[in-house]
This record gives sequence, structure tokens and C-alpha cells, in this order.
Amino acid sequence: MLEYSVRRLALGVLTVLAVTLVLFSVMQLMPGDPIRLLADPGRVPPHRIEELQRQWGLDRPVAVQYLYWLGNLARGNFGHSIISGQSVSVLIASRLPFTLVLALTSLLLHYLLAVPLGLLAAVRSGSRLDRAIVVITTALRTIPGFWLAILLMLLFAIRLRWFPISGYQGLSSLVLPVATLTLPMLGGTVRLTRAEVLETIGERFVLTAYAKGLGHRAVRLRHVLRNALIPVTVMFFLSLPWVVGGSVIIENIFAWPGMGRLLWGSITNQDLPVVQGIIMVIAILTVVCNTIGDVISGLLDPRVRIELEEGR
Amino acid sequence: MNMAKLLQVSDLRVEFLTGRGTVRAVGGVAFQLDRGEVFALVGESGCGKSTTALAVMRLVPPPGRILGGSIRLRGDDLLTLDEDSMTQVRGRHIAMIFQNPMVSLNPVYRAGAQVQEAIVLDQVPKNEAWRRAVDLLGRVYIADPAHRALSYPHELSGGMRQRVMTGMMVSRQPDLLIADEPTTALDVTIQAQVLDLLLELRDRTGMALLIITHDLGIVAEIADRVGVMYAGSLVEQGPVFDIFEEPLHPYTRLLMRALPRLTKGQGSLHTIPGQVPSLIQLPPGCPFHPRCPDRMEICSTKMPGLTVPAGGREVACYLHGVGERQ
Repeated sequence: MLEYSVRRLALGVLTVLAVTLVLFSVMQLMPGDPIRLLADPGRVPPHRIEELQRQWGLDRPVAVQYLYWLGNLARGNFGHSIISGQSVSVLIASRLPFTLVLALTSLLLHYLLAVPLGLLAAVRSGSRLDRAIVVITTALRTIPGFWLAILLMLLFAIRLRWFPISGYQGLSSLVLPVATLTLPMLGGTVRLTRAEVLETIGERFVLTAYAKGLGHRAVRLRHVLRNALIPVTVMFFLSLPWVVGGSVIIENIFAWPGMGRLLWGSITNQDLPVVQGIIMVIAILTVVCNTIGDVISGLLDPRVRIELEEGR
Repeated sequence: MNMAKLLQVSDLRVEFLTGRGTVRAVGGVAFQLDRGEVFALVGESGCGKSTTALAVMRLVPPPGRILGGSIRLRGDDLLTLDEDSMTQVRGRHIAMIFQNPMVSLNPVYRAGAQVQEAIVLDQVPKNEAWRRAVDLLGRVYIADPAHRALSYPHELSGGMRQRVMTGMMVSRQPDLLIADEPTTALDVTIQAQVLDLLLELRDRTGMALLIITHDLGIVAEIADRVGVMYAGSLVEQGPVFDIFEEPLHPYTRLLMRALPRLTKGQGSLHTIPGQVPSLIQLPPGCPFHPRCPDRMEICSTKMPGLTVPAGGREVACYLHGVGERQ
């Protein structure tokens, strides 16, 4: 298990490296020259421009520039914002907790709702209840987040005045953005849970469990649920980066002071270092979550563990 | 009158409601088993033999349901029990091992734990149950049982998995063990070992065995009595030697002739012409009549009842009398 985890981790580091390479190449391909932005060639003498290029290391070969940049990243130095001059790491560190709170709360709440609903639908499969659960949660999934956000704002913030319309004024500010993120996510997890449970109920080993004399309860808990919830659990970790990415628009609608809002502002201001920093954070988060998902999957399912220990 | 019988199945009927129609999987099957007896149900795929076995456990999966008949265990009809009482019967009185041990053990639990889980049901403390599980694995000839008990199913070979399954199912000392194609997924040498194991367990514990198989070789090797099923009906049953020596029903006769004989040395294999009828639209009368070389006028109109010639045999064929449907 340890060897397996180390292997997954190494793979993750490689993935992050690949992301840095892509990111750096994109930067190189971008039109425009930061020096020309800093010093207008019409008014600044050429020797001064060369001096600036030397000072920022832009006269060095591209490969050296890449390694230099990578070295800074490794030390947590993401550079400085072109607009505010603040350190990118400090900027992101001040916003990341808000994003994580929003994403994790939505993800947890959606699991607390979707998994029991999926179980209920599976146990009562074919019934009206089953159809109602699947149809309603799937319908919710088709609602665009920005539209749902506006509807929720109109009803709960403007009409009923139950929750703040936007910004961060304590925990009550979480309610509307969390609802906006949670509701469309239900459909997928309900269907996954339902499908996994139904598939497991049909497995031969469930028949074996009954045949040796276990009652309904024990069979359902120890043989159906235990097996069916493996992919559902792993999906939690795989979804987290997706929710963080998906919250960019929602954070903007609700003026939530998170990383998504920072990203949006930086893109419109062409504040490249900040954009890069955020993309790196999301990439690292994705890799970390995937690795955790793989490790958990190995912990829960001995077949996965063996497959990986054998190096496949 | 026959209250002493361990298992007495009569007029068992099972059907599956599918989108294409009602599948009459088992249509009025009757047989009985004594203590320590080995009874084999043979037939082609889809003849209803596995469904019959699952019905005895009351584990027919949906959309199947038991329509009627009775399954008496020492006189008590299992079909009248509530689900909780039936749970008490499973494993304790009747246990069942399944065809493919690859998919019949739960992949996420260790082999020993799956045996232990059965033993604990009889109020045995957990560590004592584990000790007994390891002991049982040894008795079903798993080498190094203390170590193997810690293995997961996918770490075991097919033969070992079937032994684990067997150990698990005899762990609560049932009176009847049903084995549904217990050796089908195994290679030939392992097959023989598993059959020997089943017979040895029968000898040691006195439990009865109900073997479901399509393999007449297995029947000859292990069974005391045999029942031949065709299209959901039990067409003939009797002592294994008699059935092999002198099959009465035309289907049994053709089935025996289809067996490859090494002694004859040459020629092509015999087959039974025609096809197994669809269980959704069974032909009227005897289900075998479209393929039967000896069919008569009456065969296509009315299902023959069971005739009891002599020597504990039963056959459902007009060649041997009109019979009486029980």
C-alpha cells in the first residue's frame, strides 16, 4: 500500500511538471512583451531597454528562463501582480480559503443529500419515488448555474431578504452560493449511487451472502453498500477540483471573495502572473485530489491495490 | 405420510415476468431427498434446474417468482415461512454453493472473514469463529489455511475459491447442501477434487447433496439418484444406475446417446435434432414432443403425468402409461 501511494505521488509530481511546461509555453506564445509594457520604446533609449531585459533575465535562452521560473515556483514564489504589485502567493493565500470553504461545503452537502437519495431510489427501483428522484435531480442538473444563482438571489435575497445578496458577511452569505453549486450536482451523484447499488445487488456474491444465512440488513450493509460506495467515495475527491473550477462564475455572481473571483479579475486585467499562479494552484489541487482518490480507492478495494502493487 | 423425508418438493412452479412475456422456468417439478442422499438434477442450459435450486433457497431473483407448490423441509413448508424464518433456514439447514467462485465471493473481504461471517451467525464469538474458519479451510484441503484465510478472493485460484465457498457453506453444518454447477468453471483435475470433497463432507456430516449439473459424467460419479429436466419439467427420475442402464424417457435416451463414448472409438457424436422450446411459448402437451422420435397423437395435446414403473423410478411419458399428474 505504501509503495502504491508513493508511485501515485510520483506520477502526480510528473503531471504537475507537465502542466508547468504547457503553462510556460503558452506564456511564450502570448503576443506582447512585458518590457515594452514597462518601457515605451518610443521614449526609452534602446540601451535602457536591453538593461531591463538583462535585469529580468529575458535575454537568457528560453530553457533557462523556464528552469528559473520553475525554481521560483518550487520555492512558492509565484511572482508579483502586474496591477497591484502584491505577491501572487500572498494574494492567492488570502483568497483560497474562501474558495475551499465554498467548494467543500457544497460538495459535502451534495453528498449528504445525493447518496441517501440514490440509495432510496435503488432500493425502491422502478417505483414512482425512484422515478421522481431521478427525474427531479436530473432536471436540476440541466439548469445553468448563473441562471439558478439569479433566481435564488431574486427570491431569497431580494424578495424574502433571508440571506445577503452577495459578498461575504458571515456564514449566512454561504447559503445562496452553496445552493447554486449543490443543486445542479445532485443528479450525477444520485445516478451514480443508484446505478452502483443496483449493479451490486445483482452480483453473485450477494446471493452467496443470503445463502449462508445473513438477513436483509446485514447483506445490504456489508455486501451491497460496502461495495457499491467505493466508486461513490472516490468520486468525492475527483469532484473537488472540478467544483473549485466550476465556482469561478458562481463566485463572481455572488461577489464571493474567493480565488475564482480573483482569477476573473486578473484575466480581464491581463494580470498574467496571477492567472498563472491560480492555474498552477488548481492544477496542483487536481493532482493532489486525484492521488488521494487513487489511494482511497486502493484502501477500499483490495483488487485495485494488487493491480497497482504489481505495477500495472 | 412421508414426513421423514428431509426435503420434499412438489408441484413447484416458478415464472419470470419479462418484457417479452411470461417465462415458465419451472412447471410443476416434484422430487425428494433423504438424509445423506446425493440427488442430481441434470438438463441443458435454461431447462430450469438452477431456478429449481434457487427456489428451494427461496432466492429466485426478480422478476422471477414462485407461483405455487410446496417445498417441505422435514415436513415444514418453506414457502409459507416469513422472510425472517427463511433467513434462519438458509445456511443453517439448507446452504448453497454457486457456479462461478470467481464472482460468488465478495472481492473486498478476506476469505477467512467470509467464512467467519457465516459462523458468527450461530452466536459464536468472533475470535473463536475465526479459529473455526481457519480450521474449516484446512478441512477443505486448503494448504496453509492460517495464511490463506488472510487472502482476498482474487489472490486465490479457482479451485481454492470453490473450496473456500464450500467451507463457508458447510460451516453451519446444514442438513442439505445445494451445489449449482459446482465444478463448471474449474479444470478437470480440480473438478475431481471438488467432487471428492463434497462426497467426503457428505460422508462425514451426513448432509444430503442436491447437485445441479449439465454434466452426465459428474452425475455418474457422485449421484445416488438423478432427475432429468427438460423445458422446466422433470421428465424422468430414478436411481442413477438404472437411468444410465435403461433410460425410459426418449429425451433421457437421446441424452445418453449424445454422450461421447471412448470405447466406440470412431464415428461422429450424436446430437438431438431440433431445438429446446422457448419457455415463453411452450408447445402444447409434452414439451419434448416436437423433437421426440417416438411421438404419438396424444403427445401434442396433453402433458403426460408421472408414471411409476418400478424400482423407485418415475417417468412422464405416454410410452410408459398415462400417469397421473400429481
